[in-house]
Amino acid sequence: MTPLLDVRDLRTHFTTEDGIVKAVDGVDFAVERGKTVGIVGESGCGKSVTCLTIMGLNESRSTKSSGQVLFDGEDLLAANPARLREVRGQEVAMIFQDPMTSLNPVHSIGRQLVEAVLLHNECSKKDARRRAVERLKEVGIPRAERRIDDYPHQFSGGMRQRVMIAMAMINDPELLIADEPTTALDVTTQAQILYLMRKLQKDHGTAIVMITHDLGVVAETADEVVVMYAAKVIERGSVNAIFNQPQHPYTWGLLGSLPRLDANVDRLTQIPGQPPSLLNPPRGCRFGPRCPYVMDICKEKQPDLLPVSYDPDHVQACLLDEETKIREIEKLKAAVLAEAS
Amino acid sequence: MANELLVVEGLKKHFPVTRGIIFKKQVGAVKAVDGVSFTLNEGETLGVVGESGCGKSTMARCLLKLLEPTAGRIVFRGQDITNLSRRDMRPVRRELMMVFQDPYSSLNARKRVGFIVAEALDVHGIGTPAERKRRVQELLKVVGLNPEHYNRFPHEFSGGQRQRIGIARALAINPMLIVCDEPVSALDVSVQAQILNLLKDLQQEFGLTYIFIAHDLNVVRHISDRVMVMYLGEAVEVATRDELYVQPKHPYTGALLSAVPIPNPELGRQRQTVVLEGDVPNPIDPPSACNFHPRCPRFHEGHCDVEEPELRTVDGGAHRVKCHYPLEKWPMSAEEMRNGASRTAVVRQ
Repeated sequence: MTPLLDVRDLRTHFTTEDGIVKAVDGVDFAVERGKTVGIVGESGCGKSVTCLTIMGLNESRSTKSSGQVLFDGEDLLAANPARLREVRGQEVAMIFQDPMTSLNPVHSIGRQLVEAVLLHNECSKKDARRRAVERLKEVGIPRAERRIDDYPHQFSGGMRQRVMIAMAMINDPELLIADEPTTALDVTTQAQILYLMRKLQKDHGTAIVMITHDLGVVAETADEVVVMYAAKVIERGSVNAIFNQPQHPYTWGLLGSLPRLDANVDRLTQIPGQPPSLLNPPRGCRFGPRCPYVMDICKEKQPDLLPVSYDPDHVQACLLDEETKIREIEKLKAAVLAEAS
Repeated sequence: MANELLVVEGLKKHFPVTRGIIFKKQVGAVKAVDGVSFTLNEGETLGVVGESGCGKSTMARCLLKLLEPTAGRIVFRGQDITNLSRRDMRPVRRELMMVFQDPYSSLNARKRVGFIVAEALDVHGIGTPAERKRRVQELLKVVGLNPEHYNRFPHEFSGGQRQRIGIARALAINPMLIVCDEPVSALDVSVQAQILNLLKDLQQEFGLTYIFIAHDLNVVRHISDRVMVMYLGEAVEVATRDELYVQPKHPYTGALLSAVPIPNPELGRQRQTVVLEGDVPNPIDPPSACNFHPRCPRFHEGHCDVEEPELRTVDGGAHRVKCHYPLEKWPMSAEEMRNGASRTAVVRQ
């Protein structure tokens, strides 16, 4: 079966005054119907740009994209603007991080929801409004019939994010792209929103691409995880593979640097230094300058994304030999996971 | 018993809500902090957690007297500083410092790093210019920056490095107490780990006392000795770190803990989660009696909404909780959570 979304060798380069920023530089991943793919990485690693490119939302003048974004077999990168407008909001929808800046403050939420329905459907305004109320109820807005005429500022942060989700889901999209949907929210609200997204996914069979920097959120929601570093995918695999058998030193660093509730660690492992500039990325492996296991060959050769010998679905881009890796994974587990029990 | 460095009793900060333009009439008050008491021992770290709007930052600003408290007492090293004038406050300020959340807006973009870090030395008239410069370079080295960065501007640094500058500035006059207001929430995880390790190292080296404010329960657990949980301007639970995270007593703490995603797919998906309905109420018009009762899974009608619980000691130790029906154990099933309450707890797997 072909996956719903198949991203192949995606590259997005921005032309700036200082030179060409390679914000996305060769990203591959696929999303199956009804599944969730989590994209993790630190700020500036290209996770958001990847999604904006999928949606065709980058500014066209200074952007150069190449590769393929196959949505149901159709290449969205090659699609014309009219077709893209048809796809956006109807087949692929997006939720953004900050619900205040992504809702229009001068229109009532009802008007914004109805607009989303009318753009893609032949129906009366009355029917559209009925559908909007229905969706608002579904996402848990109390007294939806009355609140539909309220403006975004009259809602709290969590409620606004619910409205955003209602708007994204209003045309039953097949794919939902969520760009840090809970980063601006408190933990209890975050739990509510994640729960809601999971429920909607179950009811409607929507596939989700979840972008986040929070490994906890990924662990609880995703089926597959893509780890990005400096515009490249460095590791990709099932959620259990990534958390139990992480292969890349950067993934080890991320897991080790996390203060967590399920373990008592006296001192966090820190990744030294800063992520590299994408204007002028280091030669060879991009994580090389910060990697404690760096070898001479890492400085020369950019490692390819290769499958792990005992798990063909788990791919990683590190040249370290398997023996060392197994040893390091055991060490990491001993430090963190032993106390989880 | 360790030395008590700071004692806070019934601290309140109400911001008036007024109506009218010329004849302003007070029509209400935002009860940002509404009766917080705690003691802080020398050399320990007190973590303060709570959701946004629960008054953590306002409390911190009151402690440093950056805001005048409405009521209550703040005693620092045996001296009541609640009503000190600005001039009398000055020597006390040498011992109290703050690290702010946003490393972008908390450093003056027009000043060089050397000036920013030395400003406190300047204000308190410590040392000659040459000595100050030496001190600043030493501080930059202590926080893991290159002393040669003395003449650079803040924009030349990344977020994590800026936070290091903020920490160096706080250290400049050798304070006893540093209040860290969400110092790592704007940073990426790998950088966050660097800053947390640095704060721990500095505490050991200089014997600092921290009040560490954060909304991230993982971070607070990592760095604190004791933790205070705030909800709507009140402390609802105070306990040592291990007790609070292993045996939470307040239903709100339980809900907070169960809402934190765990970076372990098997564990995270098995455990039970208490889902809190609704949002934090408006602090202008807080709910009657126990603030938490409209959202509480253990709400008993006719008790929780009538009689306000005291912050009382449980388990005979230092564990204090403000609840009529504290949790008996943790984690709990939906049935145990309910415990005869008038509301069904939403617990999901």
